[in-house]
Amino acid sequence: MSDVKRPRYSAWKLLTQGFSKKPWPKVWEHHELQSSYDVVIIGGGVHGLATAYYLARNHGITNVAVLEKFYIGSGGSGRNTAIVRSNYLTPEGSRFYDRSVKLYEHLAQDLNFNVMFEQRGHMTLAHSDSSLRTMRWRAEVNKLEGINSEVITPSEIKKLAPFLDITDHPRYPIHGALWHPPGGIIRHDAVVWGYARAAAALGTHIHQDTELTAIDVDSGRVIGVQTSRGPIATRVVINCTAGWASLISAMAGVTLPITTRPLQAAVTEPVKKFLHPVIVSGSLHTYVSQTSRGELVFGASVDPFASYSTRGSLEFTTGLATHVLELMPAISNMRLLRQWAGLCDMTPDFGPIIGPTPADGFYVDVGWGTYGFKAGPVAGESVADMIANGQPGRLIEPFGLDRFEKGTLTAEKGAAAVGH
Amino acid sequence: MLLIQCPHCGDRNSDEFTFNGEIVPRPDADADPATWRRYLYMKSNGDGWQTERWFHVSGCRRFLRVERNLDTNEIRDVRDYGDPS
Ligand SMILES: Cc1cc2nc3c(=O)[nH]c(=O)nc-3n(C[C@H](O)[C@H](O)[C@H](O)COP(=O)(O)OP(=O)(O)OC[C@H]3O[C@@H](n4cnc5c(N)ncnc54)[C@H](O)[C@@H]3O)c2cc1C
Ligand SMILES: [Zn+2]
Repeated sequence: MSDVKRPRYSAWKLLTQGFSKKPWPKVWEHHELQSSYDVVIIGGGVHGLATAYYLARNHGITNVAVLEKFYIGSGGSGRNTAIVRSNYLTPEGSRFYDRSVKLYEHLAQDLNFNVMFEQRGHMTLAHSDSSLRTMRWRAEVNKLEGINSEVITPSEIKKLAPFLDITDHPRYPIHGALWHPPGGIIRHDAVVWGYARAAAALGTHIHQDTELTAIDVDSGRVIGVQTSRGPIATRVVINCTAGWASLISAMAGVTLPITTRPLQAAVTEPVKKFLHPVIVSGSLHTYVSQTSRGELVFGASVDPFASYSTRGSLEFTTGLATHVLELMPAISNMRLLRQWAGLCDMTPDFGPIIGPTPADGFYVDVGWGTYGFKAGPVAGESVADMIANGQPGRLIEPFGLDRFEKGTLTAEKGAAAVGH
Repeated sequence: MLLIQCPHCGDRNSDEFTFNGEIVPRPDADADPATWRRYLYMKSNGDGWQTERWFHVSGCRRFLRVERNLDTNEIRDVRDYGDPS
């Protein structure tokens, strides 16, 4: 582990380091690309880095490279709206995401890095009878999995979010909500950096500015990869590239049921704290939370057409403003500071794709659509487990690529389409 | 804003259209379920130029064949779906 020591962070350290005027020590080392690795992970987002961390920590597999073509967290992991929850619609989905919430609850301790997980509660509004019915269904599925999730009435909503109009005046009146106290928001960059730092400290090589350009497959088996910095021999390649998943899989001759769509989000100027829980409205295609700095973060549904471009659009902003003001007319004078887009790897059933592929040694952890940041810990843990044990475990078994040919899709759309 | 040059209606904003995705050849009616599922779900989802189908829902209500670059959103060809490509 040579000269890079894992720096410790504390109030005392901040003070002394601040006065010393010396640069902070490097958090991880730059490595030359080795000619071979046991495992090569493509994509330096939360999924790739968490997989590297759990491979090292839980299984002692450290001869591992994470290849990132740009910088870590430059994909969806640095662009999401950081909502974490587990109140999904299917038993397999709820169970899976719940494990992630549990891992997130201890992540700051595990990584010795403050990830600022704030479990403020997650509220999905129902504006119609049919959505109230879906919520009751979700709540029941959730409870069976031991997840704190319940349907609440407008007067209970008013107590949790006083500025919401619960009268029947709005065009889409609020009939009730699905209330999920363990849900909340997290600091996404800190999760990415925390995993990277911890994985690097355990011996993993994180190669930024290193683009995968080809995958070498010999008689149906992966034998190596080509990168912008040279070739690597390896027998295990894990595709953790989300929006770019189809391009990487095509290099191994694997076709995926994925369409890449941009998803946009926006943030306002900071104001005094007035909004505690995360509020989602499926009917209004929007959701909002207030960061600890006071900004309102808004998101919506994916852009209406496929693209690899991350350009924002005026249609998004005007649509967002219309919907958000329907929900909270009082904020009409607030200014938007920024809007941005990230790429989402949408699957037909709104479930992820995790597991082996027809190319031996080529694994995928993709299909994260608009909801995959929260899954980083559980996916990383499960994929590491699968690599170490040779087969997918119970939690990820329902999400194999072969489900699309077998016709055993999961049906998560009702709980995943807007409320990321 | 993405402008689509509808051959029937002229330049229109993309929000007048619905996007139907990349054009994949349809299997024979008697193909087995696995082939049909592949047709339904599997996508090449490549970057660069793609031939795709759009429906001009708030205009002429015709299906269109559009060639669009997925990296830049540039459109280089739009024709009626029934016209020879
Ligand atoms: C606006 C927005 C809001 C969202 N909100 C939420 C939310 O609230 N909650 C939630 O759970 N999820 C949310 N998501 C989804 C979430 O961001 C993603 O599902 C998640 O970050 C995917 O993580 P990842 O590690 O799989 O991929 P990414 O973080 O996208 O990482 C993939 C990496 O692969 C790299 N890469 C690509 N090609 C190559 C190559 N050839 N060689 C090397 N590297 C390559 C990319 O540069 C990228 O860094 C949101 C997404 C967006 C865009
Ligand atoms: Zn037209």
